[in-house]
Amino acid sequence: MAQSTTAAARLPRTRLNLSAYGERIAGFTILAAVAAWLAINFIDNPQQFMTASVIGISNGALYALIALGYSLVYGIIELINFAHGDLFMLGTLLSATVVAAAFNLFNEPVGMGALGWLVFAGTLVLAAAFCASINVTIEFLAYRRLRHAPKLAPLITAVGMSFILQFIGLKWNGSGQKDQPSVLPQGSIDLGGVQIDTNFFVVLAVVIPVLVLMTWIVTKTRAGKAMRATAQDPDAARLMGVNVNRIISFTFAMGGALAGIAGLMYEQVVTTTRYDLGLQLGLIAFTAAVLGGIGSLPGAVLGGVLIGLIQGLNEGVKYGAGQRWTQSVVFSILILMLVFRPAGLLGKATREKV
Amino acid sequence: MSQPTIAVPTPKRPQGVDRTQLRWPLGFTVAAVVVVVFYGFILPFLVPGVRGWVQDWLPISEINVALIWAMSALGLNIVVGYAGLLDLGYVAFWALGGYTTAWLMSDFGFGGKVNFNIFGSPGAASTTGIHLNLVLVFLAAAGVCALFGVIIGAPTLRLRSDYLALVTLGFGEIIPQIFRNGDEDGLGFNLTNATLGIGPIDSMTFVRINRGDVVVGKLNVFDHVGRFILFSLLTALIIFVSLRLRQGRLGRAWLAIREDELAASAMGVPLMRAKLAAYAVGAIAGGIGGVAYALHLGRMLPDPFTFAVSITLLAMVVLGGMGNVWGVLLGALMISWFNSTGLPQIGDSFNSAFGTNVNFPSFNFLIFGGVLVLMMLFRREGLLPESRTRLVLHEGEAGDTQAEEPEQELVDETTVKSGDVK
Repeated sequence: MAQSTTAAARLPRTRLNLSAYGERIAGFTILAAVAAWLAINFIDNPQQFMTASVIGISNGALYALIALGYSLVYGIIELINFAHGDLFMLGTLLSATVVAAAFNLFNEPVGMGALGWLVFAGTLVLAAAFCASINVTIEFLAYRRLRHAPKLAPLITAVGMSFILQFIGLKWNGSGQKDQPSVLPQGSIDLGGVQIDTNFFVVLAVVIPVLVLMTWIVTKTRAGKAMRATAQDPDAARLMGVNVNRIISFTFAMGGALAGIAGLMYEQVVTTTRYDLGLQLGLIAFTAAVLGGIGSLPGAVLGGVLIGLIQGLNEGVKYGAGQRWTQSVVFSILILMLVFRPAGLLGKATREKV
Repeated sequence: MSQPTIAVPTPKRPQGVDRTQLRWPLGFTVAAVVVVVFYGFILPFLVPGVRGWVQDWLPISEINVALIWAMSALGLNIVVGYAGLLDLGYVAFWALGGYTTAWLMSDFGFGGKVNFNIFGSPGAASTTGIHLNLVLVFLAAAGVCALFGVIIGAPTLRLRSDYLALVTLGFGEIIPQIFRNGDEDGLGFNLTNATLGIGPIDSMTFVRINRGDVVVGKLNVFDHVGRFILFSLLTALIIFVSLRLRQGRLGRAWLAIREDELAASAMGVPLMRAKLAAYAVGAIAGGIGGVAYALHLGRMLPDPFTFAVSITLLAMVVLGGMGNVWGVLLGALMISWFNSTGLPQIGDSFNSAFGTNVNFPSFNFLIFGGVLVLMMLFRREGLLPESRTRLVLHEGEAGDTQAEEPEQELVDETTVKSGDVK
């Protein structure tokens, strides 16, 4: 908080410094404990450790895609888009439907061949376009009208939108978990005792180009420049001739497309979905965005991979807490992060606008 | 700000009792007595058709559940509506209150390791566990929840509003998960019996009304009227505390923080203390709701404590009217009834009338989400708004129109002038 802006905060200066020291010591203690935990697990069983890491990074790449959607939207209109996780869920459902339809069309399960990859690429484009258009529609119908309202209003609207998307998912897929078709090859490679799922390479082959493309759009194109200008100061950007509404729509489209791609990847790798999937993964991805520094795009990617890694290790190694504690571990990280370094790993400390 | 608006003339304290302050306790008592008389003394003797209709559309057990929701929503209203601190993990306090009850009023005793009885009323076959008197349980739950309210609140004090929502959300996920995993496998010792839950919870000794007979004794599962009396007393207590706090020094400090934190701190409002107090008081109300929930169910299971509960409570506060106790009460009763009874019943009548087979409760998400979105777009202040909330929530729009007005004036002037020249 911007305590430096008030004169009153200056008075107990020594006390503030002391607590800052205590905080730093506590922060480093926690970091040291995490490092020790990692080292113990690695020494105990390196193969298991690496296998868990690979699974974690694979999940983390998907979290990174979802986290980017949160971060993009937060960066530009300072809204926690609660509906984003559910958008991802709809992406998984659309992918499942399209792939299943392709299977029906070609009258057999499409395997690894060229046809399979064609279906995969087509679904990728469809899912991205689908989620992008939903996200833009939501922004146009709801968030745009609330841009000047107090923060609570768009936040609650986002929660409402999340419920509406969950309803669509519920009607689309039913209330249970369903097995979904996949065109990806099943199997794994043994690399010196480390099991690597072949899907790991597919995930990286999709996610890395997407990230490069997105970085190029944000840093090199005119639209990206306008986006950064709008994020910095919408009014000044408008004065400079930026069509702020269109740029915000564009940002939502980008976030939605990333969620759609993540949806396809998740559906293909995990091969199940559920209507409330978005809530769980959305919260995890949001934590990733906060961990990296919300509003920072490289931060979202780093945060996503780190959260995926922590989750993978927690579930995969001997001294981990196991899957039943995943949510608690992730949220503990979120809370510790917000307490010790609210700006995130790569975020810049910003003063609250008064 | 000009001088007259600051110096609000304080109304003279009337001698004796202020009649307007007696209005709501009287109204509340009348409403509660009507419910008790109807369900305790009239309903059992009505013709079966009418009785069945009332039990389908407005069962007393669901009124009790609605009151439990109302207690918690009123607590959340203190945090969100009064102090403006968005809390997305309020379900944690509900769970804490409920599990405190389960620990202190059942045969569980942490796997039978602890065993004592302080004015409690254990079941006939009970040999183990902690059995405390209900009054002590309420005090303990209030204490535990206030403590956790402060623990959850403390790290959030320095954070910006949306980060604060996230920390509370995190705690709201962690605490129920601890209850869900709290057995030997998950924690190393049996804290909460995990998914099996703790139960049965001791039945409390209270007024029983059964087919017109009034006796004092242990309430069984079907003694909803007795529990209704207790729950309405608790709700009245929370309403009373909410209203009085709102009037007092602390309440005015909360409103000041809600409207402008920086200005409030410059005016000498102790931010830390006021915010922690909001968390603590809100948590206590949530905890009391949790105790009532445990008493209603007679058994504590970890499943109901999900994120959806926190969101439902928030929707009750928002729908009814943030900051206004009566609005929140109305919102809580309405949404609770609609979720538990209204929607399935409307669906059943619709289906039987039109011969369709639509699963109405599955539209819950759509209706709920739609109501939240539409309310935020068209009636942000809620059904029964508090006057100040309405002003604050439409601040941005007022600013916009003010910004546009001078432009129009200029245009008008120039047209008039050009007309003059001609």
